[in-house]
Amino acid sequence: MNAQRFSYARIPPEAEAFRKEVRDFLAAEIDSVPMIVRADSWMAFDAEFSRKLGAAGLIGVSLPARYGGRDLGYFARYVLSEELLAAGAPVSAHWIADRQSAPLILRYGTESQRERYLPAITRGECFFCIGMSEPNAGSDLAAIGTRAERDGSGWVLNGRKLWTTNAAQSHFAIVLARTSANSDSRHAGMSQFIVDLKAPGVTIRPIRDLSGAAHFNELFFDDVALDEDALVGTEGNGWQQVMAELAFERSGPERFLSASMLFDLLLDAIGPEPGELQAVMIGRLVARLHTLRMMSLSVTHDLERGEDPAWAASLVKDAGTAFEQEIPEIAQQLIDAQPRIESGTDYAQVLAHMMMLSQSFSLRGGTREILRGILARGLGLR
Amino acid sequence: MKDMFEETANRLFAQFVNPEMTAAAESGAWPPDLWSAIEENGLTLAAVPEELGGVGGQIHDAYGVVTAAGRHAVPAPLVEALLANWLLGIGGIAPEGMTTLALTRGTLSHGRFSGTLREVPWGSQTSHILVAGDEGAVLLVDAADGAIVEKGFNLAREPRDTLQFSDAATRLVEGVSADAVRLAAVSARAAQVAGALDSLVESAIDYANQREQFGRPIGKFQAIQHQIAILATKAATTGCAAETAFAEAAPKGFRPQSAVAAKVIASETAGQGAAIAHAVLGAIGFTYEHSLQFTTRRLWAWRSEFGNEPAWSARLGVAACRLGSGKLWPAITAGTVLG
Repeated sequence: MNAQRFSYARIPPEAEAFRKEVRDFLAAEIDSVPMIVRADSWMAFDAEFSRKLGAAGLIGVSLPARYGGRDLGYFARYVLSEELLAAGAPVSAHWIADRQSAPLILRYGTESQRERYLPAITRGECFFCIGMSEPNAGSDLAAIGTRAERDGSGWVLNGRKLWTTNAAQSHFAIVLARTSANSDSRHAGMSQFIVDLKAPGVTIRPIRDLSGAAHFNELFFDDVALDEDALVGTEGNGWQQVMAELAFERSGPERFLSASMLFDLLLDAIGPEPGELQAVMIGRLVARLHTLRMMSLSVTHDLERGEDPAWAASLVKDAGTAFEQEIPEIAQQLIDAQPRIESGTDYAQVLAHMMMLSQSFSLRGGTREILRGILARGLGLR
Repeated sequence: MKDMFEETANRLFAQFVNPEMTAAAESGAWPPDLWSAIEENGLTLAAVPEELGGVGGQIHDAYGVVTAAGRHAVPAPLVEALLANWLLGIGGIAPEGMTTLALTRGTLSHGRFSGTLREVPWGSQTSHILVAGDEGAVLLVDAADGAIVEKGFNLAREPRDTLQFSDAATRLVEGVSADAVRLAAVSARAAQVAGALDSLVESAIDYANQREQFGRPIGKFQAIQHQIAILATKAATTGCAAETAFAEAAPKGFRPQSAVAAKVIASETAGQGAAIAHAVLGAIGFTYEHSLQFTTRRLWAWRSEFGNEPAWSARLGVAACRLGSGKLWPAITAGTVLG
């Protein structure tokens, strides 16, 4: 049974002290960002904002100094993440590189890959996206059909990726592809590649979502030539590498702070003298937010100790996204105001936006149903 | 010390607590062997300083004792005594006898107490009652000075008695606020709920892996798997909230943000968790014979004791709205939403 308790973890004093540096940066930079953009937070792509963060030394803080990082550890990274999200900082451009790609390259990459990508990531100049899902491989990721075949010392990539966030604005994608024919295990024979999105044979088609925005993309690879150095980690070890990434992807504060701006605007709309129902509902949300932070910190502690908290990370994502998704639902019960598009108060516009966007919270990074399957398996069911 | 306490508590309860004993206790029988074992092992004095005759642990060290009491549905006022003794220790008083906790409406005049204590856990069986007074004072009263007006029971048939006092002698507990007693009481209930939910997770998994329908264990069905995953999420969330309250307790008492949050979470998950366990265990779990009911009836009782969920949520919500959007987040990270 992989089920575990969320043992109490405290943010160490040095990581807590780092919070002030982040708040000072945000105090100077965040006011110029419009509220409707801040509402998107880690879905808001702003390359200039990412470069400012990079210049301030606030990207890749847990990476070693020799690759442009600050050797600050996972708790400092946690503090940085939650402060950016709580302020609604537009951090989407570098978010995936910071959260997933850089740790992956640090752990599995070659020295030349580390030197090539990590310093550029920390400067906020090198943006990554993740090519996992395909038209016929969503929750069932092992069903992917994208293939990389040996060609001399390099590879040739063919296939399609779907629902790839930020592909149209990113420099590189980390693509999961089959490198050998299906064997007995569906999880064998996959590998991860760094693909330059400007390479010949790469076509990117943005997909409009129900809100009218285009975060997602479809990616086509037609005989894309990859050199030897495109492979990340070990050939055939792609599945294990992807699973290790997911603990980072699923347990962080972006799984409960995606609706921070709406929560702030809701508080402002209620004002300092809440009615009875408002007080009860806001109190409930605060209790849950407080507790989700403690759960995420407990997983951070496990990551810092080099443990594999995949079960706990799945639990945090399921509980956290349920919380985020409830905020627009509760808001429309507590304030008698219509959600509005393009005009109206910030509250009305952000409410409309979050009602639409929040549906994706329990889809991206593993659906609620997939997560519950992982939890059940960890409990010894199946 | 924390692991040792938890291990001792779980070992003792596995040895002494069984459905027959709990059923007998629910009919009014006192469990003398269990209580002797609890006292001999120092569990009621776990968080009392050594110089006051205690074992010398912090309240966080005793967290596992409180969850174990919830997990095993211990039919005695261990949790009340443990928390009351800890508070007495803060006030510099060496605990004596068996002390329970109560909230009151009553008056204190010239050091003498008059009033009615309602729903006092094991009020007719304990020797002392630590009372959180209306006006902020904390009193220690001798239970024998009160008249037992009613021997009542909560939903789990745990004694919840009403005692009336008229001009009774009291001892004022200095350095402990009435709010500290309330926060201790709700933190304790949250930890008991967390332990009880853990036991529901185990019962649900065991049953789902054994019970066969349509030719296979029901745990093979995705509908059941997802229900149990939700139950485990509620249990883990409650455990995290409750342990945070204990871990962040200051020498003078629980910190209000983490204690109130724990109570709010536990009061919400108690009913949700009980409902899932009953759904998974089906008709057999609805029988008196199956021990599931000892746990679920306690969950339904504990969630509303010492203030129900909306009462405590509102306290947190009013404070959050007064802080407003600019100050709430810094207060959450500093743990100072409620001061």
